[in-house]
Amino acid sequence: MTPDPAGFTADGIDSQAWEEAVAAALNALAAEFSLAEERRGNTAERYASSAGGRSAEPASVSQRSTWLDTFDWRLHKAGLTLEYLPGRGGSELRLASRARAGAARGSASSPAGQDGVPEQAAVQPVTGWQASRPHLLADLAGGPVGTRLAALIEPRALVPVADTAVATTVYRLLNADSKTVARLVVSRPRLVSGRQATPLPPRLAIAEVRGYQVQERRAVRLLAAVPGLSPAVEPLLADALRALGRRAGDYSNKVDAAITGAMPAAAAAAAILLRLLDTIEVNVPGVLADIDTEFLHDLRVSVRRTRSALKLFGDVLGLTRKELAFFAAEFKWVGDVTTPTRDLDVHLLDFEETARGLAAAKPDDLEPFRAFLEQRRRKEFRALARGLRGARFTALTADWRRRLAAVQASSAGPARASATRSGQSGRASVGRAGLLAAERTRVTFAKVARQGAAITADSPAESLHDLRKRCKELRYALEFFAPLHDGAASAKVVGDLKRLQDCLGEFQDTEIQIAEIRALAAAMHAAGEAPAVTLLAMGEITASLAARQRAARADFERRFAAFAGIDGQRRVSALLRGGASR
Amino acid sequence: MRIYATYNIKGGVGKTTTAVNLAYLAAESGLRTVLWDLDPQGAASFMFRVKPRVKGGGRALISGKRPLDDAIKGTDFDNLDLIPADFTYRNMDLLLDSADGRHGADGKHGGEGKPDAVPGGKPARKLGRLLAPLAGEYDVVFLDCPPSVSLVSENVLHAADVIVVPLIPTTLSVRTLEQLSDFVGEFKGHKPRLVAFFSMVDRRKKLHREITEKLTSDGAEVAATAIPALSVIETMSVERAPVAVFAPSSAAAKAYRALWGEIGG
Repeated sequence: MTPDPAGFTADGIDSQAWEEAVAAALNALAAEFSLAEERRGNTAERYASSAGGRSAEPASVSQRSTWLDTFDWRLHKAGLTLEYLPGRGGSELRLASRARAGAARGSASSPAGQDGVPEQAAVQPVTGWQASRPHLLADLAGGPVGTRLAALIEPRALVPVADTAVATTVYRLLNADSKTVARLVVSRPRLVSGRQATPLPPRLAIAEVRGYQVQERRAVRLLAAVPGLSPAVEPLLADALRALGRRAGDYSNKVDAAITGAMPAAAAAAAILLRLLDTIEVNVPGVLADIDTEFLHDLRVSVRRTRSALKLFGDVLGLTRKELAFFAAEFKWVGDVTTPTRDLDVHLLDFEETARGLAAAKPDDLEPFRAFLEQRRRKEFRALARGLRGARFTALTADWRRRLAAVQASSAGPARASATRSGQSGRASVGRAGLLAAERTRVTFAKVARQGAAITADSPAESLHDLRKRCKELRYALEFFAPLHDGAASAKVVGDLKRLQDCLGEFQDTEIQIAEIRALAAAMHAAGEAPAVTLLAMGEITASLAARQRAARADFERRFAAFAGIDGQRRVSALLRGGASR
Repeated sequence: MRIYATYNIKGGVGKTTTAVNLAYLAAESGLRTVLWDLDPQGAASFMFRVKPRVKGGGRALISGKRPLDDAIKGTDFDNLDLIPADFTYRNMDLLLDSADGRHGADGKHGGEGKPDAVPGGKPARKLGRLLAPLAGEYDVVFLDCPPSVSLVSENVLHAADVIVVPLIPTTLSVRTLEQLSDFVGEFKGHKPRLVAFFSMVDRRKKLHREITEKLTSDGAEVAATAIPALSVIETMSVERAPVAVFAPSSAAAKAYRALWGEIGG
């Protein structure tokens, strides 16, 4: 029997109230069943004290577990929980669906979730797992948990989010023949942090004995009527996180600042930029610990968004032109410091797929290339770490936060005069966030439409690269102001824009990669680390990149027309009208 | 899935205590085990504190109207389930005969002679077919058979992989084993392994000593382990539990462990 730890939770605010609820539950069940505490180990030991003279210990068994998720909560979002359970007989990872963990009865089964995740837990034995450290998918390769998580978490690492210890006591519910007809499982969890253990609300569940459903349902009904108990709807992890002052899903790289159309433009601008700064800062430890490549990626995206936001609506913050230029330059510096590492990450992340896609060369031919990339990355990463640990970066984030907080504080009242682009204070037309969003997004869209329409089959590659930048600015503008827009209309516009961006991105990224591989080949050759087969394989990669670039170029016109044709323009106008009036 | 049956034509030789104790030991060793109490008296069901009652009675189970799965009850022990006895099992011969014979739903044999008259024919294998769907769920099945020579026992013998025969050390019971061995020897195709052991052995009786020491039988193995006649075994019906549960270090519990070591290996 593996009792399900969910079912009911005690509601009270402290341990005393919780224990009173457990006692009330035992009393309620005792009115209809005889209760006997299950003894440790094999059930036979229940009788051992009378027959064999041994004293039976209570069956309170304690289980430690470390709960894992990616930094951006991908398991939580997919309705899953993952636990590492250390054990003397062998340690394991247990992947479960949250719907199951929250079931009201020990035996309850509900259909697969919307995402089709099966209800059954997947279990994978692991050896040498270090609970306190992050683990990449490669650490669980080959097992059922690894297989199920591959598409979901890669390239993110699994990081420990909470440690718990659960003491479980099992009671048998007996009928008049002293036959066990159900079991009550009482779990008393604690949040473990270093040497400290904080009690969490106990959980009670009824586990069914086969063939005795009527009694099991009766026991569940008795528990449901106990004051101080309510159905457990969340996994234990949720209680543990609450005790830590956190909640699942508390990190996302989305902008989602709390803005409204009626708030002062300066306050909205500061809220958006503060949200971006939060994302930058919260990713720094993960970048420096080199946990996975997405920390750096998210940090860089937030830096790019910050620079775009400064361009788009920095003027409403009330800073001088000089100050704006200073912060823009500093954030550009952060981008530059981190670019070489990110470029090498991209090569390495794509490496397996690229190697598999080789037609003439063998994947092994590329191994010296991989070794070269890894060596380069180590060097570049050291430079990046020096930058992010240095005084310049620390001062930048601290100053920027101070300035933005001041803007928020001074614009807390009703909308009023905001600075104009000239740096002088004046009565701007964009006093409120709704108007700011509509005006600035419209201007950005107009640039995209104009530049894109001017592109012909003969246009140089640079014109497409420029358009890509404008598209990125527009995308950011739509994301910054998303809370002001109608969700469905926004999704359509953003979807079309995303497909255009993907096309332009493919066109430019393949070009950059070709140039980089050529440069790397030259560097390897110069260092005497370039076997002929490796250079041939690298040549093959550049050839396939060039083919992809041509395909992207051929696709451009269709993508652009879908986004910025007559219908697209109408959709954007409608979206912005709605946003301004909200 | 391995099917064990405890069988003897005679009653009161320790079939049920053997089935209950060995099924418990199988489950304890980690094998997913189910015991079907086929005896309408329901002694095995009583030992596990399960009411000797099946919804719809034996008819519903044998006709297939109710899957065997539905009748299963969990015992108080890990890995061990029970299909309870029912008083209607006393008519099980008739039920087995009619289930897919002349009154069968498919009507295949409608009016075309007497398939039940053929030894080892369809009705004799009905029980085995009913058990087949449990293969995914259980590693071990125990059939506790009522004492008789009947269509039920013929079904049990056909279904079983191992027939465990408790023998009281008397000359007559040794003859019965030879008869059983001859009968099983005539089976076409699947032949169960026949393992006898001495049950209720009283070492103080000269006859018991002589017979247990000398018996050899063609076609049937005789286990080296004998189960002594001990009062603790009789206590099972008071404790309503396997011996290994309420008297784990008793001589009886050790003897059953040794027997399971021989038979279950």
